[in-house]
Amino acid sequence: MSRLQVVSGKGGTGKTTVAATLALSLATEGKRTLLVEVEGRQGIAQLFETEALPYEERKIAVAPDGGEVYALAIDPELALLDYLQMFYKLGGAGRALKKLGAIDFATTIAPGLRDVLLTGKACEAVRRKDRSGRFAYDYVVMDAPPTGRITRFLNVNDEVAGLAKIGPIHNQAQAVMRVLKSPETAVHMVTLLEEMPVQETADGITELRSAGLPVGRIIVNMVRPTILDEPELDLAHAVPRTALAKTLSNAGLGGARRGGLAERLVDPLLQQADEYAERFALEREQRAVLTDLGLPLHELPLLAEGMDLAGLYELATELRQQGIS
Amino acid sequence: MSSPDPAPTHDDKASTDHTDTGSSRALKHVPVLEVDPLLDDPSTRIVVCCGSGGVGKTTTAAALGLRAAERGRKVVVLTIDPARRLAQSMGIDALGNSPRRVKGIEDAAGGELHAMMLDMKRTFDEIVEAHADPDRAAAILGNPFYQSLSAGFAGTQEYMAMEKLGQLRARDEWDLIVVDTPPSRSALDFLDAPKRLGSFLDGKLIRVLMAPAKVGGRAGMKFLNVGMSMMTGVLGKLLGGQLLKDVQTFVAAMDTMFGGFRTRADATYKLLQAPGTAFLVVAAPERDALREAAYFVERLAAEDMPLAGLVLNRVHGSSAAQLSAERALAAAENLEDPRIVDQQDGKAGLRNSPDTYGSSEPPSSDASVPDAGSPASTDQDRSIEQLTAGLLRLHAERMQLLSREQRTRDRFTARHPEVAVAEVAALPGDVHDLAGLRDIGDRLAANGPEYAEEREARA
Repeated sequence: MSRLQVVSGKGGTGKTTVAATLALSLATEGKRTLLVEVEGRQGIAQLFETEALPYEERKIAVAPDGGEVYALAIDPELALLDYLQMFYKLGGAGRALKKLGAIDFATTIAPGLRDVLLTGKACEAVRRKDRSGRFAYDYVVMDAPPTGRITRFLNVNDEVAGLAKIGPIHNQAQAVMRVLKSPETAVHMVTLLEEMPVQETADGITELRSAGLPVGRIIVNMVRPTILDEPELDLAHAVPRTALAKTLSNAGLGGARRGGLAERLVDPLLQQADEYAERFALEREQRAVLTDLGLPLHELPLLAEGMDLAGLYELATELRQQGIS
Repeated sequence: MSSPDPAPTHDDKASTDHTDTGSSRALKHVPVLEVDPLLDDPSTRIVVCCGSGGVGKTTTAAALGLRAAERGRKVVVLTIDPARRLAQSMGIDALGNSPRRVKGIEDAAGGELHAMMLDMKRTFDEIVEAHADPDRAAAILGNPFYQSLSAGFAGTQEYMAMEKLGQLRARDEWDLIVVDTPPSRSALDFLDAPKRLGSFLDGKLIRVLMAPAKVGGRAGMKFLNVGMSMMTGVLGKLLGGQLLKDVQTFVAAMDTMFGGFRTRADATYKLLQAPGTAFLVVAAPERDALREAAYFVERLAAEDMPLAGLVLNRVHGSSAAQLSAERALAAAENLEDPRIVDQQDGKAGLRNSPDTYGSSEPPSSDASVPDAGSPASTDQDRSIEQLTAGLLRLHAERMQLLSREQRTRDRFTARHPEVAVAEVAALPGDVHDLAGLRDIGDRLAANGPEYAEEREARA
């Protein structure tokens, strides 16, 4: 299992939830994972029901068997000052740069540089070791930018290495790319069983591959349960409405005669079944498209009660059972 | 900043106490966003659709554009990143960076629909070509730093979308422009873009970067010069000599254009605040999407940007809402009860599994289906029971979804009771043709008062 797990996906597919689930499911048997947020939305804090995360690695969850999940919301400005201090011992000059607006420039006007800092910080956490020489984190899980930007985001250091042909930035950029392009990294795609996210997933995978970035798994999120199978859906069309009305009536739902509750329920219920059938067929098509991509495929169920901390643990258990770790 | 005032929430609660039961509670108090009057009003010149990723922004923008055109307006839709099939259906899948007329719309009302997909790099190149003399333009376009920047480091999209909007407005060929906004990391990047650009251009950094080219030799600037060459020294160490040189030549070459950039960015920003602009926040009835929507509403208010309302996509309904999830599930369990499975010789009424001893017979025991006489038909009965149970479970799932959506929306409404809402009922599949867009447009407009009866009938 790669030590840097990058989670991307189309907007709205729940990639933050999946990244958090993954971090929790990898924290087995005393392992320690770091969940990294790069888009400044504080989605992780909301998911784990804690206050906003500062730019600091802090423990946010404990797995059932003693594993630990740490989280870090990277603040690009602080990351830059950090970086200047770490590599160039430029504490004072950093402040001067800030006064000039250079930090602002680097982190907002030229967002490419921001991406350099974000990927750089994540790679630093991957490589970091404690005094005994053990890795500080067994896994680093990154809640990364969406599919449309992921390749560019991860590849930004290649671009930088091309721009800065020599010097410390060049070397640092190359070091980051070495991690990102190695088997130490896996980029996972989160999708839904809908046409657009699946299409984006396929396109995203092609892009990642052509950039030489290691593609990991596909995680289908919010999968709805199968409630009616195909024979049942066929039967729904064949069966006389009166028989359905009678059955509903027998189940205690009012009269089956014309105008009775059971009778009035038949049409709406059949209409909902038609909508379900249409979706069911679409989902099957999309699942086939995903299967054809030939990557390990995981499915996480839609939680009927909505997403909360308990749900996160439930999904993590599910992911573990599907053999993610 | 404008922290949400809790007071209106309490007032709202108090006035609704007596009706605080059904799912229609919040709906009654939410003002309705009427799309048709907005689109028909000739003083509406720009409609901006914003919202977080994956909520159907692009589809909403395209559907609004189509509807306005079919109602007689001359419309251009600026999309940022449309789904491939949607782009194909509108004929804008090829890059062109200028609007094309969309064929196949109903033009009886005399309207026209044009659409375009933003090409960031082309837009940037065009600005350079339009505002710099040929030599300088060539120098800029060939500069490696420029090439990286313009090809779309995240963020450039926002500047360019705003730039394009300004251009389209300046051409004055359309009486309505509908804009889709980029799928940003922070949804309001496009609002911040002009300001950031402005503060950057006014900043000292620019002067530092241009220091070697500009400051040298000017008496009285000596002291400043020393400070600056120290700074460029630091930057050189940081960036590497070549990159710094690239950045410096880039900045120097762009120098003459900066004024123009700034003026246009300011003009576009003002345009967004002008009365002819209407912002629509697009969301789906999901927690994250509505949280972003609330953030949007607050930011737009803080920036004095005119908000027309919230478009809530993918809202689910049920025409059997009188049957609750709990009751549907209980009935389904009733039908799936294992006692009924035990049928050996096909005679109806043989439901003799142990747990029926002495207990009251289930109501369905002998009356289940009166014509159940033959062995074949009991099998059939069994499958019908199972099917019915499935239909009820499906309904329960739908009702749970409905109440989850309602809770999420209530939370938004409590925070922003003033925001008008237009709901769009969920479709089972994706939209990728004009007919689908037209359907969405109908659903968007079906929130107006003239459709109230239709809604009642559906409920």
